[in-house]
Amino acid sequence: MRAEAREHAIAARPPLSIGEVLDRQGVLAYVLLFPGLLILTVFIAYPFVTSLWLAVTDQSVSTSGARFIGLENFIGELSSQIFQQTVRNTLVYTAVTVVFKLVLGIALAVLMNQSFRLKNLARAALLLPWIVPTALSAIAWLWLFDATFSVFNWLLVHSGLTTRGINWLGEGGWAMTAIIIANVWRGTPFFAITILAGLQTVDRELLEAASVDGASTWQRFWRITLPLVRPVLLIVLLFSTIWTISDFQLVYVLTRGGPANSTHLLGTLAYDVAVRAGQLSEGAAISLYMFPVLIVCVVALLLYLRRSSTT
Amino acid sequence: MTTTASRRLLTVYLPLSLAAILLLFPFYWMLITSIKTNRELIDLSGLPFWVFEPTLEHYRVLFAETGFLRWALNTLIVSVVATAISLACSILAGYTLARLRFRGAGPIGAAIFVTYLVPQTLLFVPLLEVTRQLGLTNTLWSMILTYPTILIPFGTWLLMGYFRSIPRELEESALIDGASRFRAMTQIVLPLALPGILSAGIFSFTLSWNEFIYALVFTTSTDIKTIPVGVVTELVKGDVYFWGSLMAGALLGSVPVALIYSFFVEHYVAGLTAGAVKG
Repeated sequence: MRAEAREHAIAARPPLSIGEVLDRQGVLAYVLLFPGLLILTVFIAYPFVTSLWLAVTDQSVSTSGARFIGLENFIGELSSQIFQQTVRNTLVYTAVTVVFKLVLGIALAVLMNQSFRLKNLARAALLLPWIVPTALSAIAWLWLFDATFSVFNWLLVHSGLTTRGINWLGEGGWAMTAIIIANVWRGTPFFAITILAGLQTVDRELLEAASVDGASTWQRFWRITLPLVRPVLLIVLLFSTIWTISDFQLVYVLTRGGPANSTHLLGTLAYDVAVRAGQLSEGAAISLYMFPVLIVCVVALLLYLRRSSTT
Repeated sequence: MTTTASRRLLTVYLPLSLAAILLLFPFYWMLITSIKTNRELIDLSGLPFWVFEPTLEHYRVLFAETGFLRWALNTLIVSVVATAISLACSILAGYTLARLRFRGAGPIGAAIFVTYLVPQTLLFVPLLEVTRQLGLTNTLWSMILTYPTILIPFGTWLLMGYFRSIPRELEESALIDGASRFRAMTQIVLPLALPGILSAGIFSFTLSWNEFIYALVFTTSTDIKTIPVGVVTELVKGDVYFWGSLMAGALLGSVPVALIYSFFVEHYVAGLTAGAVKG
C-alpha cells in the first residue's frame, strides 16, 4: 500500500532533466539574464556604490587607508571657486549647445525631408561628424582653432573683417565659444537624423488636408508637424542633455579646461582632480554632482511618457 | 518653370550645400593638412585651402615612428571582443525580457534602461579603483570588460523591440512540436531578428572604436593604447604638435568606422533612432 503510494508519487513527479528545468520560464529567464546582469553589476552597480563610498571618505592615491568624513567633500566643493566656475561652465555649455543643436537639427531634418537628388548620399554624409571618434575630430578642431594658423583667422584677416586673428583657445570667452561650436557641429547630425525619422512618421494626408483647408506651410509645420514629433524631440533633448552635461572629450582635447578654468566641465575637473592630482575621493564627489541632473532628466522623461500615453 | 526651379535652388539645394560644407569641412581640413609639407603648414602667406606640394611623409612618420599600428590592432581587438560579448548578452537579455514571463521582469527591464543613461564620466573614477582591485589596470581587458556596460543596455533595448515584433505564434508552434525553448530561440527567432542583431553589432562596434575616457584613464603604457587615446596623447610632445601626423592619425582612425557606417547606413540609423522613435 505504502510502496504503491510511493511509486505513484514518483510516477507523478519524475526527476526533472536539466533541459526541463530550463524550459520553466522563471528559471530560464534568470539563466539567460545572468551574463548581462553580471557585467552590469560588476562594472556599473558596484562602481556606483564604490563611488558613493569614495565620496564620503578622504582617499587619494598617496594614502593607503581611507577615513570616513561624511559630506565634507561635497560641502568643500561648494565653496571652491574652481568648482563654482565649473558648474557655471557646464550649465552654459549644455544650455547653449542643446538649443543650437535643437534648432539647427529641426531645420536640417525639415530640409532632408524634402525630395531631392542624391538624397541617400546626402544623408550618409550628414551623419559623419556624429559617427567618427570625437577625440579624433576634436584634433581637427584644435588645428582649426590654432592661435597662429587658424583658418578662421586667415579668413577673417583676409576678408578685412579684423586686422588680427582671434586667440580662439587662449581667451576665456572665445574658448567657450570654440568648444560650443565644435559640440554643435558634432551633435547636430544626431538631432537631424532622429528628428527626420520622426518627421517621416507624420501622416502626409493630414498635411494635405490642412493644405486644402488653407493652412500655410508655416501653420502646417507649427500646428501639425511639430506637435506630432514632440515625443521624439523630447527624447532627443533628454539624451543630448545627459551627454552634454557629462561631456569630456572635446574639452579634454581642445582646452583641458583652460584658460584659467574657463572651459572646465564637471567631467574634466573630476579627471584633473582624481586622475592627475590623485585625489580620488574629491574627484568622485565632483562626478556625483552630475547625478541629480541625470535623475531629473530621467524622471521628467518617464513622467512625460506616462502622461502622453494616458491622455 | 524657371521660377519653381530657382525656388528649389534657393530653398533646397543652397541650404543643403551650406550644411554639407559646414559639416564636412573639418574632414577636408584633416585630409589636406595630413598631406602638406611642414613648410606649407606654417606658411601664412599662401592659400591654405589647397596643397601645392603633397607629401606622404606624415603617414610614414605615423607608421614608422609611432605606435599607430599597435594602437590600431588594440582598438580592433577591444572593439571586436567587447562587441561579441555585448551581443551575446544583449540577445539573451533582450529575448528574455521580450518573451518570457517571470517575476522581476519589469524592474530588471527598467534597471537596464537606466544603466543606458549612465554616462562614462559619472563612473570613471570608481571604475579606476575597481579595475585596480581586479588587477585589470593597463590591460586590454580593462576596456574589453567595461565597454559592454555601455553597449549591453542599448543592445538589449534595441533587440527587445525586434523580438517583440516577431509573431509569438511562430515560436509557439515550434514549442508544441516538441522543440526546446532554446532551440526555438536559436532556430526561429534569431534568424528573423538578424537585422536587429546587425544594427546592434554595428552600433556597438563603432561605440567601442570611438570610446575615449575609459581607454584614457585605464591605460598608461604606449602599447596598450587605442587609436583615439594614442593619437591624442602621444603625437604631442610637450608644446610641439606634430600637426601632419596628428591629422593623418585622426583621419586613418576615423576611416574604419566611416566605412562600416557607409556600408550599413540603414542599420546604423535604425539603431540610432530605435530608442527615440519607438520609445
